[in-house]
Amino acid sequence: MKNNGFQASALKTLLPKCPTGIQGLDEITGGGLPRGRPTLVCGGAGCGKTLLAAEFLVRGATQFGEPGVLMAFEETEKELKANVASLGFDLEGLVRRKMIVIDYVHIERSEVQESGEYDLEGLFVRLGYAIDAIGAKRVVLDTLEVLFASLPNEAILRSELRRLFRWLKDKGVTAVITAERGRESMTRHGLEEYVSDCVILLDHRVNDQIATRHLRVVKYRGAQHGTNEFPFLIGDEGISVLPITSLALNHKVSAERIATGISRLDAMLGGRGFFRGSSILLTGTPGTGKTIVSANFAQAAARRGERVLFFSFEESPDQIIRNMHSIGLRLEPLVSRDLLRFHSARPSLYGLEMHLATMFKEIATFKPQVVIIDPITSLMDSGTDSEGKGMVTRLIDYLKAGQVTSLFTSLTQGGHTLQQSEAAMSSLMDAWLLLQDYEGNGERNRVLYVLKARGMAHSNQIREFLISDRGVDLVDAYIGPSGVLTGSARAAQGALEKAAGLSSQQEAARRKRELERKREAIERQISGLRSDYESETMELRRIDEQVGTSTLMLTSERTASGILRQADAKVAVHARRRARKGTVKS
Amino acid sequence: MKTKMVKRRPPAPRRIAKLWQLRLYVMDQTPKSVTAFANLKEFCETHLKGCYHIKVIDLLKQPQLAKGDQILAIPTVVRQLPKPVRTIIGNLSNIEHLLVGLDLRPAT
Repeated sequence: MKNNGFQASALKTLLPKCPTGIQGLDEITGGGLPRGRPTLVCGGAGCGKTLLAAEFLVRGATQFGEPGVLMAFEETEKELKANVASLGFDLEGLVRRKMIVIDYVHIERSEVQESGEYDLEGLFVRLGYAIDAIGAKRVVLDTLEVLFASLPNEAILRSELRRLFRWLKDKGVTAVITAERGRESMTRHGLEEYVSDCVILLDHRVNDQIATRHLRVVKYRGAQHGTNEFPFLIGDEGISVLPITSLALNHKVSAERIATGISRLDAMLGGRGFFRGSSILLTGTPGTGKTIVSANFAQAAARRGERVLFFSFEESPDQIIRNMHSIGLRLEPLVSRDLLRFHSARPSLYGLEMHLATMFKEIATFKPQVVIIDPITSLMDSGTDSEGKGMVTRLIDYLKAGQVTSLFTSLTQGGHTLQQSEAAMSSLMDAWLLLQDYEGNGERNRVLYVLKARGMAHSNQIREFLISDRGVDLVDAYIGPSGVLTGSARAAQGALEKAAGLSSQQEAARRKRELERKREAIERQISGLRSDYESETMELRRIDEQVGTSTLMLTSERTASGILRQADAKVAVHARRRARKGTVKS
Repeated sequence: MKTKMVKRRPPAPRRIAKLWQLRLYVMDQTPKSVTAFANLKEFCETHLKGCYHIKVIDLLKQPQLAKGDQILAIPTVVRQLPKPVRTIIGNLSNIEHLLVGLDLRPAT
């Protein structure tokens, strides 16, 4: 929003604009106030009219090289200088360098007597003289309505005011006129009748004991403008108007992934951790280790050489460092190397807008890569729901614009139901981790799971979250018919499964041995049978041999007896037969 | 306011004996300015004869002087002396108001 008015005037179709330099206001008005025309700023007491007008002049003089005239009807020059000095504006120096002229107009009704007709040419002369003295481009009239109390003749006053605004336009100066808010009309004396180009309404409302200032552009002739009510802050660097909804969702995004400091958690997030510049919500019931996860994340980032800004709304920096030391996280070297910076404040210290302003300021000065807010819920409690959500939106927009990774912790009230504020907040977040308690077996154990992680594959498993003096570890939780088992129940279940495994192993070994034995027995039987078989074969052969011998003997006996009986004729035949038998036998 | 003026009213003759210093702020030779000067002159001749001094300041020529006496309206008469400083705005056509404004007569 640093486009100056000269660029705007170059575009002929657009109304020339005069940038105020006030953070956020130029965004809402699309470049600033209408150049060369008067703008009316109205609001009740103490809502920052004079400061807005003064900042318009100071920024004009310092940033845009446009000298300005401040015509004050309420505060003296000295008072004004002192008042804006608290915002870091060196009005004194600007007056000395002739960039700003302050003219205090004082008129006491009791000291003035009217006699006959008059006009306000004196005012014109003074204003004209001041404008010409420094070549002013900007004029502030604060608060013109005082004249209605000082001058008795309202008819003259009204006609003169009409002439004044005409005259200011002719002079070509961009004017800001402040006015007190009226009961029915926008201003007490109907100044909006005369100033019709641009009207800005300021408002200071108290809601639940917390006051918030709002700004609304009621009217802006010839230009588009944001018509919503925008909260604004008066910080020590002036006014900053914070558009609740960022004008565009066009942050640059990074595909770079950054580790969480808990390797198992990285594994759950697709193995590489979160995206750089993403917003992470970490919700959990009390005592589930939100700060521990945050501290791990902080340490991991700082060890990579990134700057980490840790906003703590519950604990002091020393307390966090001491507590994290007990789980083996050493944060103080990172703090002394200025890689890690803590900012602790009680949420009730001041209103939401002030918190936001200080956070913005810290972020702007430290320029961190990682911002941790622990916890966001206690901060949101100091405003209404819608304000809280608006604040988180603004914060996330701001951080995303700078590609700052942000981790918000959120305290839930226990149980599984999520608070309304969380549900609302979650839609703004890119990743959401849940820390929960599991009660059972007379103990309480922590579990962690990833509820959502935009743009990356992530584990759907519940992991048990263990905290020891060596740090944080995530282990698989047993999930069985009786639900999720954690802690000693998980250990018992583990032992049970181990025993079952052992016994089944033993059973198998026993059965194997038995079978072996059986096999051996069969083998023994086989070898017995084989020897039987072999001995029977031998027997058979012996029998055969016996039979052969006896036949031979019988035959030879017969031959012998035949010879003896002298049966010569048959001797030859017998001889042939004998020979044949012999071949068969052999 | 009115009671205050009654209390503060000193005896008239002693007062007039002093020298009155009056400044008339005008803007150029406009009819209003001319009328105012004529009215003031006439008034002084009537009520303060011989012991007054009128200085006419034309803001067109000396605009820087407007700031000093907190001039807003034109024409304006400022009574520098006697103290306290009194301011009367207008073309001074209303003599009654002028008398009251210059502490010469209590407000009625």
